[in-house]
Amino acid sequence: MKLAASAGGGLLLGFNWLGAGTANAAVVDEAAVAAGSLEFNSFLSIAPDGTITIFSPNPEVGQGIKTAFPLIVAEELDVDWTRVKVVQAPLDTKKFERQVAGGSGSIPHSWDRLRTAGATARLMLVEAAANRWKVPASELTTDKGVVTHKGSGRKLSYGDLAQDASRLTAPKDVKLKDAKDYKLIGQSIKNVDNKPILTGEPLFGLDFYREGMLFAMVQRPEAFGLKIKSVDAAAAKAMPGIVDVVQFKNNVAVVGKSTWQVKKAREALKVEYEKDGDLESSSDHNRIFSELMDSPNATVRRKDGDVEAAFKKAAKVVKSEYQCPFLPHSPLEPMNFFAHVRPDGAELVGPTQTPERARNEAAKFLGMPPEKVTVEMTRMGGGFGRRLAADYVMDAVEVSSLVKAPVKVIWTREDDMTGGNYRPAVRYRFEAALDAQGNMIGYKLRGVGINAGNPTREDNFPAAAVDNLLIDSFDHKSPITTGPWRAPITNFLAFAEQSFLDEVAQAAGKDPVQFRIDLLEKAKKSPAGEVKYDIDRMIAVTKLAAEKADWGKKKGVSQGFSLYFSHRSYVAQIGEVVMQKGKPVVKKIYAAADCGVVINQSGARQQIMGGIVDGMGHAMYGNMTFKNGAPEQENFNTYKLIRLNEIPEIEVFFVDNGIAPTGLGEPALPPTGAAVANALFKATNKRLRNQPFVEEDAYKSIL
Amino acid sequence: MALYKLQINGRSYQADVEPDTPLLWVLRDNLGLVGTKYGCGIAQCGACTVHVNGEATRSCVMPVSAIGTSKVTTIEGLSAEGNHPVQQAWDEVDVPQCGYCQAGQIMTAAALLKRNAKPNNDEIDAAMSGNICRCGTYHRIREAVKVASTKTAK
Repeated sequence: MKLAASAGGGLLLGFNWLGAGTANAAVVDEAAVAAGSLEFNSFLSIAPDGTITIFSPNPEVGQGIKTAFPLIVAEELDVDWTRVKVVQAPLDTKKFERQVAGGSGSIPHSWDRLRTAGATARLMLVEAAANRWKVPASELTTDKGVVTHKGSGRKLSYGDLAQDASRLTAPKDVKLKDAKDYKLIGQSIKNVDNKPILTGEPLFGLDFYREGMLFAMVQRPEAFGLKIKSVDAAAAKAMPGIVDVVQFKNNVAVVGKSTWQVKKAREALKVEYEKDGDLESSSDHNRIFSELMDSPNATVRRKDGDVEAAFKKAAKVVKSEYQCPFLPHSPLEPMNFFAHVRPDGAELVGPTQTPERARNEAAKFLGMPPEKVTVEMTRMGGGFGRRLAADYVMDAVEVSSLVKAPVKVIWTREDDMTGGNYRPAVRYRFEAALDAQGNMIGYKLRGVGINAGNPTREDNFPAAAVDNLLIDSFDHKSPITTGPWRAPITNFLAFAEQSFLDEVAQAAGKDPVQFRIDLLEKAKKSPAGEVKYDIDRMIAVTKLAAEKADWGKKKGVSQGFSLYFSHRSYVAQIGEVVMQKGKPVVKKIYAAADCGVVINQSGARQQIMGGIVDGMGHAMYGNMTFKNGAPEQENFNTYKLIRLNEIPEIEVFFVDNGIAPTGLGEPALPPTGAAVANALFKATNKRLRNQPFVEEDAYKSIL
Repeated sequence: MALYKLQINGRSYQADVEPDTPLLWVLRDNLGLVGTKYGCGIAQCGACTVHVNGEATRSCVMPVSAIGTSKVTTIEGLSAEGNHPVQQAWDEVDVPQCGYCQAGQIMTAAALLKRNAKPNNDEIDAAMSGNICRCGTYHRIREAVKVASTKTAK
């Protein structure tokens, strides 16, 4: 253990919790930290002037982690939030762990670790004050970065105590606060980057600039299933500002001195392509879905009871199919990355949800050990899963290694939208068997997808609530590339399943909310197979949403219910439709969410509201179609995103249960489509089964 | 290439670029003013919004040769201290999620409030619906425009 004070004479604490449930803390030497010679995975420092610096290791993609992580540390540390400075840490697998923005997993992963970090530092500062005043530590209290001895009225700031504290041994087994004593957690705390965002300071990957760097754009085949036959780059190379044109894999990169020059020169490229795979059109996908729906070779995902027997004895069978198209992620900041490949290493800077993947793929390609590749993370202009992939990082790495210069690769919106990695297109077939009393005694789901992997989530509700259940799937391999898209699979599965359950409730003659509660209570009393969700939490959000929306009690308002558990959080939503001039209008969506402890009210509420806007927007409008392998939408003129004048009112409620917090980056999106569609059904008797809604005949007939 | 003299944020700049270069890329690549964002390049998303003689303008489709002596204001020049009423309101309401579109949103809102100090809900919706926020912070954008309209411009 090092006892050296940090450069400014303050306290610098390193925490090491790799491989251990609890954190080991130690005072560290700032010089050693700067030299990278210490193996700690989180830091906080307290300067003599009272400034607290907290390093945030995870990529910030708009999920608010750069605010939430330090907030948790600051809570246990008991500091004045206005004195906290947050610094985005670079990728460092020796010091940090799970530097990923994905799966809504950062908060559940780090909740205990961050609290322990703050509490450990607080205890050391208290001990330093106790030593100075020669009083028992138990007589001291802390608040806003000040230690107080009530008996004598003495006070010392953390800054005054930082140097003394840095000479103490970090304690083990620190006690964490009771939730009732929280001063910051559960409050509304503003985004720590508001100032640079609102004044236009360089912050995002696209804003990164390095003296002498070149700009590059990459020409890819116009369709999935094509490969390069020949390249004539003479005209492009002759354009002003162009430094080089290079080819790698199926790409031609134009490299030059400014974005606009490179963009224009790329238009002068003459590239011929030839067929390298199936050139699929959306009409092919529809045919493939129909064939696979009846394939005998599906992969069984879950099987409970005897589903065939249940359907044979059913009094009523409900059967429906639901389908969604491919979707691009459309983060407003398009893909881009900076790379400087040198003989002895590589420097990468840019927006990535997975910096470690970026480093490892670069290192593998360059034949370097990963520690020779550095990755600096910029703030991201959205990601929605697109930046989990490293293809655009590798564009920069490959081009930099070919032209032997620092290069920033920029994708235009058209590149971004036509560049693949889409939310996969999927079709589902649901079948439900009802007995004479309207009980669901059998349930079948087949999911068929295009590069979707397993398009079902076989253990999600209503699994365990139906005695006889069969869930299987089939995947079609296509040249069209796919990847995770915010709330992967469940972003559409939840819509389809919750719309279908609405159909079943209707066929059973039951209230849709009561129908779900009955199923959940059945799963609790006599579960069929394993239960992989918390039944009580499902029921609690259902009841909270129903109570807040006055479910079933409003005159002139048509309500639709939806409930989904994903990424460890529970969200129920109720959509409300009113008829205006004979047309249905989605006026409001109520959301009841259970993510355990709400860390930041402001951030959490916006994650829910943004998730609902996103879910509704893509359900209504999102549509990516293909003709002979080529995407038919290339920019926001033909691919519609929801706009401000199209949003419903949203009201958000949280379940207050004190359970350890779970993520919110994704869970509010999946239930929205069905809350909207079920309310529209209630209002118009038209069932929307395919997305986007605006392309549905049923939707066109009501508008 | 041609040399263009530009009046931006009360200062004079020079840029030696092709005449068809959009103002957006002159700002970003030549002048280092990267607060103005690229989102679509075809005037559909509003991320690139600046003021040209006080009017909200999509800089991604505005060739530098068309600017002449017009006065350009970017997010960097909206206020000296980042305390324009719209910027203050955006902070108070805690609008940004990822933050990428917000410079364009703020420039659109500032132009709206300059010509209409007390816009009603329909006027706010009409003015702000040209700007896309992929994160869906629209409720807060709407609220922040209202908050800004209650502040006196400094």
